[in-house]
Amino acid sequence: MEKAKIVENVAFNIIKQAVIYIPDDVKQALKKAYAEETSETGKTQLNAILNNIELAEKHKAPVCQDTGTIIFYIKAGTQAKNLEKVEGALINATRRATKEVPLRPNAVDPFAQRNSGDNTGRFIPFVNWEIVLGDSIELTVMTKGGGSENVCVTGMLVPGQGITGLKKFVVDTVINAGAKPCPPTIIGVAIGGGADISMKLAKKTLLKPLNEPNPDSEIAKLEKEILEAANMTGIGPMGLGGKTTVLGVHVDYAFRHPASFPASVAFNCWASRRASARINADETVEYLTRKMEM
Amino acid sequence: MVVYKLQTPISEADIRKLKVNDMLYITGTMVTARDQAHQRALEYFRQGKPLPINLEGLAVFHCGPVMSKQGDKWVAVAAGPTTSTRMDIFEDEFVKNFKVRVVIGKGGMGKRTTDAMAKYGAVYGAFTGGAAILAAKAIKSVLRVEWFDLGMPEAMWIFEVEEFGPLTVAIDSHENNLFTDVAKNVEANKQRIYQKLGISQ
Repeated sequence: MEKAKIVENVAFNIIKQAVIYIPDDVKQALKKAYAEETSETGKTQLNAILNNIELAEKHKAPVCQDTGTIIFYIKAGTQAKNLEKVEGALINATRRATKEVPLRPNAVDPFAQRNSGDNTGRFIPFVNWEIVLGDSIELTVMTKGGGSENVCVTGMLVPGQGITGLKKFVVDTVINAGAKPCPPTIIGVAIGGGADISMKLAKKTLLKPLNEPNPDSEIAKLEKEILEAANMTGIGPMGLGGKTTVLGVHVDYAFRHPASFPASVAFNCWASRRASARINADETVEYLTRKMEM
Repeated sequence: MVVYKLQTPISEADIRKLKVNDMLYITGTMVTARDQAHQRALEYFRQGKPLPINLEGLAVFHCGPVMSKQGDKWVAVAAGPTTSTRMDIFEDEFVKNFKVRVVIGKGGMGKRTTDAMAKYGAVYGAFTGGAAILAAKAIKSVLRVEWFDLGMPEAMWIFEVEEFGPLTVAIDSHENNLFTDVAKNVEANKQRIYQKLGISQ
């Protein structure tokens, strides 16, 4: 089969997987939260979420009506062929998925206020490229809901306040977000680099499974500390009160300019939608998040 | 907490029985409206033009669904709630002019809406954000779509629903607002969190 067609098919499949099937690590975290939640209203919300996840799987329907903005992360092998055809194939896959899954058309021209109707437009789907050694191409898709995107924040903090300043910034951001990002959420925090770099890193951590803390034990400790602090707020599932506000926290960083302390907080709703697949040089495909059903 | 199952059209007397934290299921007619449908409905009212459907006693749902046309029939594929705060600038007039009894969405609404609900007799039912299939399965039929020129998410979809829920009554018609209560609690907890993290203000 032609390479572009293979990339299109694989991209279509991972979009479909992502919008229908919530990853196992997130499901486990939600089940644990349901078992531990003490607020009656909070439990009702978590129960509805778990029922909904099951119904989406059973009916092969998108778990949420906001099927998000489509963002790809590509790891392109230095020896991989036909890379120039990948972006075109991703656009075709997005159009097909919009029609066939179906997805909600979510790409709007900000000047004309016109919805393109097929989830494509200038820079959308957005493609993040990374070059890696090898001859395979790894595709990851994140379909990012609007509610959780609307509360993502970048702040230029005061370097002298250090990590304590960061903790305050994250706690305040979670409190300001309140019910809006559909808690329980997953939070990505990143510092350093620059305003754009910190947000890019924060958002990218949302692709990490919840059971993968940062390998640096100091950072892993900070992740845990932020998680516990966020769950002390009492915002609860859907902001209706309870002890489950956040399911997991990922922290990443880049070195910073001496005068700058950029910090970003990226939110994902409980409906964390991500899926990956690898296309090998011999055209075999491995689905990495969830096996493909034949 | 009391569980209520109400059938539309819902009377003011019935809606006034509901209290914050009660659970509600609705059977009957439900109409979707987001920003643009709210705006157009209020424009129609000012111009004295009738709405495509009489909303008295019905439920309005803040929702931009994914719909699929199968033959000549529309089917709701996914239909969870959208963030309600965007409709805060319209909802008081909406409740007053059209006498809807239940407003459904996620994330809660502010004082303007809370006051109007107390004055005219309506409640806000919080539906679990993202629970789009749970919602779609309670939609038994799509009666019709109005204002389709606004696009699929913004159009006014008229649904026949059966035991649509669970809705948590988050604003009742007695000036109680669960989201305001939670916010007060969160504000108090914030000081404890700051202390724990060694944050001085």
